[in-house]
Amino acid sequence: MNKGVAITGMGITSALGFGIESNYKALLSNKHGISFPELLDTKHKNLPVGEIKRSNLDLEEELQLSFGHSYTRAALLAIFSIKEAVTNSRLDKEQLYNMGLISGSSVGGIDATEEYYNNYESSEENRRFIRAQHPGFTTSQISGYFNINGYSSTISTACSSGANAIMMGARLIKSGKLDRVIVGGTDCLTKFTLNGFNTLKILSEELCKPFDEYRNGLNLGEGSAYLVLEADHLLNEKKVLGRIIGYGNANDAFHQTASSETGEGAFLAMKKAIQVSGLKTSEIDYINAHGTATKNNDLSESIAIERIFGSEIPTFSSTKAFTGHTLAAAGALEAVFSILSLQNDKQFANLNFTEAMLETNLKPVTNLRSVSMQHVLSNSFGFGGNCTSLIFSKNG
Amino acid sequence: MGKAVYINGVSGISAQTEDAIFSNKPLEYSSNIFHAVPVDYKDLIPAMALRRMSKAIKMGLFAAKNALAYANKTMPDAIITATGEGCKQDTEKFLEAVLDQEEDLLTPTSFIQSTHNTVGGQIALNLKCTGYNVTYTQEDISLESAFLDAILLLEEDPEIKNVLVGGVDEVSTKITSFSYLNNFLKQKEIRNLDLFDQASIGTITSEGAFFFSISAEKNDSNDVELVEVCKFKEKEISNISVQIQQFLKKNNCSIEEVDQVLLGKNGDQIQDRTYEHLENGLFMNSATLVYKHLVGDFNTVTGFAMWLTCKIFKNNVVPDILKLNSVSSKDPKLALLYNLSQDNCTHSVILLRKV
Repeated sequence: MNKGVAITGMGITSALGFGIESNYKALLSNKHGISFPELLDTKHKNLPVGEIKRSNLDLEEELQLSFGHSYTRAALLAIFSIKEAVTNSRLDKEQLYNMGLISGSSVGGIDATEEYYNNYESSEENRRFIRAQHPGFTTSQISGYFNINGYSSTISTACSSGANAIMMGARLIKSGKLDRVIVGGTDCLTKFTLNGFNTLKILSEELCKPFDEYRNGLNLGEGSAYLVLEADHLLNEKKVLGRIIGYGNANDAFHQTASSETGEGAFLAMKKAIQVSGLKTSEIDYINAHGTATKNNDLSESIAIERIFGSEIPTFSSTKAFTGHTLAAAGALEAVFSILSLQNDKQFANLNFTEAMLETNLKPVTNLRSVSMQHVLSNSFGFGGNCTSLIFSKNG
Repeated sequence: MGKAVYINGVSGISAQTEDAIFSNKPLEYSSNIFHAVPVDYKDLIPAMALRRMSKAIKMGLFAAKNALAYANKTMPDAIITATGEGCKQDTEKFLEAVLDQEEDLLTPTSFIQSTHNTVGGQIALNLKCTGYNVTYTQEDISLESAFLDAILLLEEDPEIKNVLVGGVDEVSTKITSFSYLNNFLKQKEIRNLDLFDQASIGTITSEGAFFFSISAEKNDSNDVELVEVCKFKEKEISNISVQIQQFLKKNNCSIEEVDQVLLGKNGDQIQDRTYEHLENGLFMNSATLVYKHLVGDFNTVTGFAMWLTCKIFKNNVVPDILKLNSVSSKDPKLALLYNLSQDNCTHSVILLRKV
């Protein structure tokens, strides 16, 4: 087994709340954050979403942003999480200046584009948001806010973006190319994505039921989460929250949006992550599954899990029913949840589950479980066949 | 730096062709937004599939397959794609439908193909490549990010021998035209070849796809060594030269040893200040070349500059239309590519060597 890359800070913003504490409390009390859209300007008010109930204006005021700024909602959500991560890693301004930022985002600031699209030509007022559509701009805004001057980049692999950003950060630390980096992902609810998933008929009108025989689609969510990764030589007496010891990335190469029946991409990503970690499959204590609650994903992922673990399948659950599917942020949110699992020896409930699917008969954790754990596997899969698995471990 | 990395195969689709450039008869355009020269996509992509593909997907897939073929490879171990603005045509189509139809009666195809990783995913799907697959999108340094990942993969993972890396950006009707409104594009329409003749704000733009099959192995004499790719942030103009010199020093060479410098000058008055500072300073005695009067400026345009450098090395000719000064560069072997991002403080530096 390798020592892995140290995580010294983390922060999260989701429909469960702002910050680690409120998210953890919700997870412990089985209290989901799914509601109907109130802030998102959509006519699909019947579709449940994991919406963060604070307006952009409210967030801007708290951050005391100057008038005429071009932060979009994804950037605002990211700033709250990074602030928390930076605070609990006790990074100073100089350290921030020299470190890197790798952020995952799928739609960046398209919420601004959909708001101003038909007005850009007639009015000059909001033209500063033209470039804000692009995810790279979102990341530049975030690094500008924190005055981060090191290696900055954006990964956009749909719903595995955040996980890939974490993987890239870990690789950069491991190879010595960077010694300190913030990694994670952010995405906000938009009409674009809500309608997009709706046309694919994979949104549920009920609370989503991951891994359930009667699952009928996902709930979209919004949020952000970030981790601070540091090279061992910088740690000194710093508290290490956990370590990233494995990562694997593969492509399903099956279909632009659907997962293959054999879960090949998911299988290869998990296999590679386990290989990199140096663990035996029996040493994985728990899986924070991708588990979106679509017919297709949950079956494909279950089959891939069976292929990896055989008859010794670890306990697993999907936390998507708590937060909704936060797209590019999902892998980052679930990285934070995985570390919370390890820190507290808790396996979170897979909410809304009633009956195992016929094909696999796999039952997720349905009530909060307390059990001693060393290693947690977290899966994130996306459109374009992009599959990524991460393995987190307790420090030491 | 770890072991040497080579470009074994390269393919580019742009608003120019190799013939047009090397015969010094570049294609001329009279609009500030122009398109890539059509190629026979059917040669490499089934007609059925082509019908549904946006320009970005077609260009990307075609260039990716061609680059692999030139490298005599059939299957890469990893695919890393870069795009600054993603699949704008499909994004625009779906977004307009959402707005115009007030979220009603929408169809999924354009949404499915709107994500930034569509091109990377389609390449994997077409090649049936299940290896590492990531898409970077970081404005003007998207392709640089992709190369940094690719080089790291070759260094760290013994199972990864060859990586397909490329950048793609397309023009779309409305979203690209917004660039007139935020002064990215010149307000007055100009001819592309006149780009450097007038001082004004803004530039011109087009589209393209540039793919590279890279590995740690030298295949043949046409291979080009990818010495290093670097991006850095620097707000002070006077410090840029210092950073570039440090970059060269790190790679055991000096500006005197560089045979040609490709500048990403784009005709924008504000960007010119930085370029002119370098032209009159660090690059004063270097043979300097420019290329954005041929293809305009867009987020992954450094892919064009890399493609062009590979062609200059291969043909052993520097077309006159590229020359910015009279310093001659016969038989160029070492090329420095410098590009300034739209934010005016992010810099890209790439060093390529003929083998």
